[in-house]
Amino acid sequence: MSLIDKDTLLFHGADWDFGAIQRVTDAIEHIAVGELGLDVYPNQIEVITAEQMLDAYASIGMPLFYKHWSFGKRFAMHEAGYRQGLMGLAYEIVINSNPCISYIMEENTATMQTLVIAHAAFGHNHFFKNNYLFKEWTDADGILDYLEFAKGYITRCEERYGQNAVERVLDAAHALMSHGVHRYPRKKRPDLRSEERRERERQIHQEQTFNDLWRTVPSKGGAQKSALSDERRRALLELPQENILYFLEKSAPRLQPWQREILRIVRQIAQYFYPQRQTKVMNEGCATYCHYRIMTKLHETGQISDGAFLEFLQSHTNVIRQPEYDDPHYGGINPYALGFGMMQDIERICTQPTAEDREWFPDIAGCDDPMRVLRDVWANYRDESFISQFLSPQLMRQWRLFHLVDDPDRPELIIEAIHDERGYRRLRRSLSRQYDVGWNDPDIQVVDVDLAGDRRLILHHHVLNRTLLHKDDAQRVLQMIANLWGYDVVLKEVEAVTGAIFQEHVAHPHETLF
Amino acid sequence: MYIIDRRLNPGGKSLANRQRFLRRAKAQIQRAVRQTAGDRDITDLERGGEVSIPADGVREPSFRRSGEGGVNDHILPGNKRFVEGDAIDRPPGGGGGGSSASNSGEGEDDFRFALSREEFLDLFLEDLELPDLAKRRLATVEVQGIRRAGYSVTGSPVNLALLRSMRNALSRRIAMRRPKSAEIARLKEEIALLEQEGESERLLELRQELEKLNLRARRFPYIDPVDLRYRRFEPVSRPVAQAVMFCLMDVSGSMTEHMKDLAKRFYMLLYIFLTRRYKHVEIVFIRHTHEAKEVDEDTFFHSPETGGTVVSSALREMQRIMTERYPPENWNIYAAQASDGDNSPNDGATSAALLRNVILPACQYYAYLEVGSDHDRMQAGFINHKTALWQTYETLQDDGLNIAMRKVNHRREIYPVFRELFRRRDAEATAP
Repeated sequence: MSLIDKDTLLFHGADWDFGAIQRVTDAIEHIAVGELGLDVYPNQIEVITAEQMLDAYASIGMPLFYKHWSFGKRFAMHEAGYRQGLMGLAYEIVINSNPCISYIMEENTATMQTLVIAHAAFGHNHFFKNNYLFKEWTDADGILDYLEFAKGYITRCEERYGQNAVERVLDAAHALMSHGVHRYPRKKRPDLRSEERRERERQIHQEQTFNDLWRTVPSKGGAQKSALSDERRRALLELPQENILYFLEKSAPRLQPWQREILRIVRQIAQYFYPQRQTKVMNEGCATYCHYRIMTKLHETGQISDGAFLEFLQSHTNVIRQPEYDDPHYGGINPYALGFGMMQDIERICTQPTAEDREWFPDIAGCDDPMRVLRDVWANYRDESFISQFLSPQLMRQWRLFHLVDDPDRPELIIEAIHDERGYRRLRRSLSRQYDVGWNDPDIQVVDVDLAGDRRLILHHHVLNRTLLHKDDAQRVLQMIANLWGYDVVLKEVEAVTGAIFQEHVAHPHETLF
Repeated sequence: MYIIDRRLNPGGKSLANRQRFLRRAKAQIQRAVRQTAGDRDITDLERGGEVSIPADGVREPSFRRSGEGGVNDHILPGNKRFVEGDAIDRPPGGGGGGSSASNSGEGEDDFRFALSREEFLDLFLEDLELPDLAKRRLATVEVQGIRRAGYSVTGSPVNLALLRSMRNALSRRIAMRRPKSAEIARLKEEIALLEQEGESERLLELRQELEKLNLRARRFPYIDPVDLRYRRFEPVSRPVAQAVMFCLMDVSGSMTEHMKDLAKRFYMLLYIFLTRRYKHVEIVFIRHTHEAKEVDEDTFFHSPETGGTVVSSALREMQRIMTERYPPENWNIYAAQASDGDNSPNDGATSAALLRNVILPACQYYAYLEVGSDHDRMQAGFINHKTALWQTYETLQDDGLNIAMRKVNHRREIYPVFRELFRRRDAEATAP
């Protein structure tokens, strides 16, 4: 190593300063945009302390959030784990917003900061900006403003109606968060910024048109309403409806306007996070692949030292470690490992395809432009479709994947498929299904209610593989639905095909709650 | 691209949420704190620490599939010997390899987390209170202090209220139409310009004008003594928030290490409790045999001493220190006496008189803790054995004087006894 080489280094030693971060970011941007062709939101990199990182953990990584005890619980849990040394903190948190905010920790070494910036500020950032799910379901421009509005709105509600009343609505809304998303695009939704404006306008309109006299006008005698057919009645209520929060917000007869607005806020936030759950493997894979390419390039061009590169490799291998199933450390498939492995595999297929690859992936094998393929993949797939399209036989062999079926009716566990010619496709299908949120989340729908009659709300859980709901939890959540709904609620667990009912849960509302 | 340093932002963003969480799980946390306190050494109490509560109370339910029942598929890496169609025995404990059922990562286990020292002590001492505290503080005990009280026209230069003075000056200048310096400058400029052209009617006019303005500006100065304002302070009386705690202990030969340990634990609790209520707490250790001495903490608890037992000597010492250093009108005085109950037979009357006439009227609270040895408990059941000191103090109590007495034999009784002594008297009345 000559002295001249040293001058190209972006930093020396483990310490960093803001000048170094700026240099590093510029160098990375040069590679990421110039060579990999990434398309990113403008970056905003924020340096924070470990304590602030714990704070960020508690509020799901968002820089601002409304107040709720469950965040305090999460904070207490993380804090206890961290203080005892049971848990390390993440090196970074990145937020899907425009500009894209990445938090990096002050404790990181200069190498780690470089890695983190490459990973979050460019890898994740590109994914957020380009993936179709994020484009469809999230509003990066408006999210921070919307959270600001949500926080303010909930604080105002607390001042007006009391903390306890607000907390009860939030508890219920949080319990239903996983069933508060639209899974399919509906008509064009307003963006988050106009959401806020519309809420204000609704309020003003109500106040302007309010006239106490209307209360005194005698209503016309009933009985002239034509009896709607069941079909029509359901259609009017948009039933069946799998977005339970949406249904309650729109149709629950006894909710106050502010309670509906809180349900709406929680629903919007759930919707914002919905793409993240569907793209864990791809998102992490994309970021890991990018940081690997970028760091390697920085090393090749002499911008980071050998020592720094070794430090990087060490944490990189930690991140993508996949213990085998009989390893005591095994805790499911590591999304970083799977994503990174598959993306490297795609690169290999593009540049050095085997005969097998040409047969399995005729479109991309040997095309010699892996970045174009990968950018396309990152933009147009989610975990489930990504795996079912791109998991190659070679990778299945390398990972030695096998499919185990645990059927309680049989005395033994059965090996359904392994990494051989007969098993590749079946293996791939079952793995991709495990990443399908539609398959993983229990399918619960509001099926019917007679608003003119007893107003009893009927929900169905379409049971899959004979796995019922966790009974205790289901009863609790149902109780919360009943409290919001204001009348009895029934949840039937139904066999999807035959319609046989396995179990029925009933909840009556607590009159005193609202 | 922006790089922002957020490290200096105020931390504790989660504090409000944390408080909400503590409030929500309060009953359970309190139970856990009591339990922990029982197990723990009292010297540790101040440190706060980890508690665990049943996860049930802070559960966040959601619709999720139960772990058991139904067909489960697992895709696992690392196949070594299986081929398709193999049947494997179920591993003991059911489930199958690597169940991914629980997504929240917190099953039915206890929820463990750490409380800070403040939070711990708050919960620990929550329903205790110092007897007679409020009454005494508001009624008599006051010290002099000063506080801000508006402005005055006189005062010392250090108290000059600059902003207020300048504002007054400004309004006076406007009211008096004092010529602005810009106006004068403009006039001068014009005169200079005209002077170049030679004398004229207009120039004369302008000079007169300038003369007038200058005169006016001199007459109404920029700042005048009438503008000045000073910050005013006035004396107020404030209730005193300081306390002294007298620890009295018999260290004669009959006091065993066990007894001293009990006494020490009681003193520790009392100290923690007092520091929660008062900004400033001082401790005085007085130990006595047949004569009493003020000592430091280490000597108080550890150095051995022999001799007879004369309680009044300690009381006299306390009286001396009180008059010298802690006048009762300025200090909240608490006293705790620990003894095995021995006293020389002819001292009882003297002690009683001292307490009755001098000590008790000055004290906020006087607690007498009789420490016994571990096996004393056995006798206590059938013979109502009263020690000399206990009998003396009982007569005082019968006369309605404010003296609390308890007997403690074992370490685990310390905390209940302490709670009993300081239990909130009107707890039933104020409970929501």
